[in-house]
Amino acid sequence: MNLVARRKLANSLALALSLAAMSFGLFWLGWILLDVMRLGFEGLSWGLFTKMTPPPGGEGGLLNAIVGSVMMVGLAMLIGTPIGIMAGIYLAEYGQRGWLAGTTRFINDILLSAPSIVIGLFVYAILVARVGGFSGWAGVVALALIVIPVVVRTTENMLILVPNTLREAAFALGAPRWKVISGVTLRAASAGVVTGVLLAVARITGETAPLLFTALSNQFWSLNMNEPIANLPVTIFKFAMSPFNDWQKLAWAGVFLITLGVLAINVLARVVFAKGGGR
Amino acid sequence: MGPSEGRRRQGGLVDAVNEAVHAEVRVAHEPHPDAYLRRYRLQDAAFFNATRAFAVLTLVTLAGIIVSLVVASWPSIQKFGLAFLWTSDWNAPAQKFGALIPIYGTIVTSLIALLIAVPVSFGIALFLTELSPAWLRRPLGTAIELLAAIPSIVYGMWGLLVFAPIFGKYVQPALSSTLGQLPLVGKLFGGAQIGIGLLCAGIILAIMVIPFIASVMRDVFEVTPPMLKESAYAVGATTWEVMWNVVLPYTKVGVVGGVMLGLGRALGETMAVTFVIGNTNLLNNISLFSPGNSITSALANEFAEADQGLHTAALMELGLILFLITFIVLALSKWLLVKLKINEGAPV
Repeated sequence: MNLVARRKLANSLALALSLAAMSFGLFWLGWILLDVMRLGFEGLSWGLFTKMTPPPGGEGGLLNAIVGSVMMVGLAMLIGTPIGIMAGIYLAEYGQRGWLAGTTRFINDILLSAPSIVIGLFVYAILVARVGGFSGWAGVVALALIVIPVVVRTTENMLILVPNTLREAAFALGAPRWKVISGVTLRAASAGVVTGVLLAVARITGETAPLLFTALSNQFWSLNMNEPIANLPVTIFKFAMSPFNDWQKLAWAGVFLITLGVLAINVLARVVFAKGGGR
Repeated sequence: MGPSEGRRRQGGLVDAVNEAVHAEVRVAHEPHPDAYLRRYRLQDAAFFNATRAFAVLTLVTLAGIIVSLVVASWPSIQKFGLAFLWTSDWNAPAQKFGALIPIYGTIVTSLIALLIAVPVSFGIALFLTELSPAWLRRPLGTAIELLAAIPSIVYGMWGLLVFAPIFGKYVQPALSSTLGQLPLVGKLFGGAQIGIGLLCAGIILAIMVIPFIASVMRDVFEVTPPMLKESAYAVGATTWEVMWNVVLPYTKVGVVGGVMLGLGRALGETMAVTFVIGNTNLLNNISLFSPGNSITSALANEFAEADQGLHTAALMELGLILFLITFIVLALSKWLLVKLKINEGAPV
């Protein structure tokens, strides 16, 4: 075999392997989604949305868990979003240089990928162990701590994309800096910022590890945030690990709901971003 | 009102009084331009300080995490010292704790995950940057990113109830009758074929980190200047040769950064591992089929039920170890990726 043939062979081989790798990735995505759909559909019923989580062997739904999850995610976003946006503004608008911004950027990126279970331990150590035990609020704080780095990163990235000429034009009209930022830069970057917020929602919707020892779980209906509160991820964890068929069925239905929700939010985020004149 | 008002201030007492009266009237109607400026300056300062305070909050959080973990695990650190790292006893009733088995599980599963995920991610990134038709690039890239968006509990539950049985029934026998027969490595693929275990956890982790590594690789491959690639093509290089001899050397720092990012994810992943690793603190052979424990799965399973005192402190110390390892790995990853950007000459 001459050199050209050998090089061509190596090339086709590599490209074939690359195609195989791509199919490998898609294969898992397809397999997981199909199974979640198939097994999730079996567990779907109206009872899912009207009944409470059952004791072993009993009939029931996921109503309290769904409500608890929605409440915690909502409150965590309410706390985390403004903090994340403000810190993102600082990094993009004030802190292009200087040690504080550099360090913050670095730490933020680390926190972005830090194990979420450690966040749970942290909240346990400062809140649960010292103030009032397991509670919905502790879960909210843990989730908010996961939201902040996501929002900081996307806000900063989006603000940096805003052309400086816009800022200069606003300054030239005599606008003070905070007005330039809140009225011009932030508004120009709003689609991207909203995308980041949506991605943060998607991220915490399925988070289980930080809730295990903060919000814990609750078999009964409760809206009291000072008590342990039911939530979908921990309920799924408990039910899926159990040997009971009914519980596993409910867990599949729960996983189906979460997957559907997360994927829908992801698609929505992409649409918002594309429509908002992002890249 | 107007700019002339400022000049009037140089007058005498009467003028000053007049000025004061006018000023009061003005406040009721419309503020003096100076007042505007003063207010704006105040608001600007308030806004700046508010944003900075929230940025500082991020730093405080990190410090808080480390300090609180050290404080909470202090009883365990004091009692077991460094031996905690290489003792394998984990016995809650006897109050004896050693982290060897969870640490071993965490490292082994993460290494398996990287072994599978790195070549696959490279293939995917190669496909997305060089091979794919332009119209397929976005949808395929999105599909891979969706793989990253699926919550880890979904991977875990699917891994336990769907993948592990299939894995134990078909894949493990096949592995044990082929790789298991080899000298040396054969021992890794022996033992009971029950599906769940270190290898199963490693594979599920691999599927989870592929999207992270692949998207970083794709992004860094895309920053290779087209001029470089075109020059290589012009002298007759094949696609593979351009990739291997031009793009990869140019971006290798970034590629390693992406791999580190994936490693950081794999080390800290909780739910996917907890479901399929088997959750046992016994480990008496080196087979990858055997069930084990990882730092994260030990925390997820035991923490809520642990008694206050030494057990909780030991688990906290596990968390501290995990955080320090991932911190180092992620810091390294970030540093490498920044270095690539500097090489490129782009502002960081």
